[in-house]
Amino acid sequence: MQHRFLLGTRKGLFVVERTVHGWRSLPPHFPGLQIPAVLTDPRDGAWYAVVHHGHFGTKLHRSADSGRTWKEIAAPAFPPKPADAPEIRCPMRGVTIPWSVELAWCLEAGGDDQPGRLWCGTVPGGLFKSDNHGDSWSLVTGLWNRPERAKWFGGGYDYPGIHSILVDPRDPTRLGVGVSCGGYWVSEDDGATWANRSDGMRAAYLPPDQADDPDTQDPHRISRCLAEPDVLWCQHHNGIFRSTDDGRSWKAVPPPEPSGFGFAVAAHPIDPQTALFAPAEADVCRIPKAGRFVLTRTRDGGKGFETLTRGLPLDEAYDLVYRHGIDTDATGNRVAVGSTSGGVWVSEDGGDGWMPLPVRFPPVLTVRFV
Amino acid sequence: MVTVHVTQHLRREGFEGPWQVAPGSLRQVLDALFQSEPRLRSYVVDDQGRIRKHVAVFLDGEALTDREHQQVPVPGGSEVHLLQALSGG
Repeated sequence: MQHRFLLGTRKGLFVVERTVHGWRSLPPHFPGLQIPAVLTDPRDGAWYAVVHHGHFGTKLHRSADSGRTWKEIAAPAFPPKPADAPEIRCPMRGVTIPWSVELAWCLEAGGDDQPGRLWCGTVPGGLFKSDNHGDSWSLVTGLWNRPERAKWFGGGYDYPGIHSILVDPRDPTRLGVGVSCGGYWVSEDDGATWANRSDGMRAAYLPPDQADDPDTQDPHRISRCLAEPDVLWCQHHNGIFRSTDDGRSWKAVPPPEPSGFGFAVAAHPIDPQTALFAPAEADVCRIPKAGRFVLTRTRDGGKGFETLTRGLPLDEAYDLVYRHGIDTDATGNRVAVGSTSGGVWVSEDGGDGWMPLPVRFPPVLTVRFV
Repeated sequence: MVTVHVTQHLRREGFEGPWQVAPGSLRQVLDALFQSEPRLRSYVVDDQGRIRKHVAVFLDGEALTDREHQQVPVPGGSEVHLLQALSGG
């Protein structure tokens, strides 16, 4: 089991370690700065942190010594906009979609046979690739230039954003990305060409005749079972969906109690029937229902759900879990969850019971086991 | 020469200033500054070369309005301040 996880928060990066006295956090790296994404690279042990300055833009830092020292490296950046590039306006609001990195929102490592390969998803919807541990980045034009991008719009932020990158452990040249709002997109040639795989998702926030449009789906977060990589779980704006064929088709899962609305999902890394979710009451009320902060878990592929309560605050709790706010370790037994109220809980038994960390953290943006 | 100052908020990122650079248009002044302080570029301008939307540029006490092209002349003896444009929380 893994004994450490990173918490990217609105005001710094915290390392949380398991000691003989339980889980303890250390003073933050980058105090006061927003950490929307982190990566611990399983291939070489490097740590990466996206550091977002409110005034000065998104930066990327790398550590080769588990956070003792950090080095600022290149951040993803768009190439100069060609004179003939079309101006794309948000179909919902009419505002121009910027040709510029607003935020680096997620970061993933490539395959074991792709040393130095990193992927970075950004707002306003650009996917970037590095083959030198983040020393330089290039825009994945095969996705950015898809005409369907003109149908994408913001969800979570003002502009479209890539929040999930799912590298296939069987073949890392196959990968998918989740876009809010733009659906689930897959490449089978290392990012050269892309196709939308959102059949079966449904959007209730559009006129009914457009509910099935794959290019306007809002998968809040997509998570893959690493042991059975064809199994994907999606916490969508309009409920929970599951695919057993690598996104070629999605099936709606009957909503659990207390709600099927939420942002985060963690697929169990080994058991394709198991996944964890963090519900909020509804999209018009993004707090726990009745002040009870609970999680939900299915262990039968979504046919039924348990409501997980043991150790969680069940009275006057208003914690919301963002997209990247749940993570499991490689066994699936250790799970950590962090909320926008700064609450953090850890489970040692796959979610049966939870222990709170005795710290009032800043709002949690991302949780990731080392 | 032109004197360029940066907000003290950038000191924690390793930028101290002030710097002395040759006069010219504001873009020429900034490009000269970024020649000697290459890491500062991405803190002041975005990936398309525009002044970041939450950065303010003052030229001899006047806030800059041409944030994209930066063609305003900056004569010798001028003082340029690169500051945070207060916003957010």
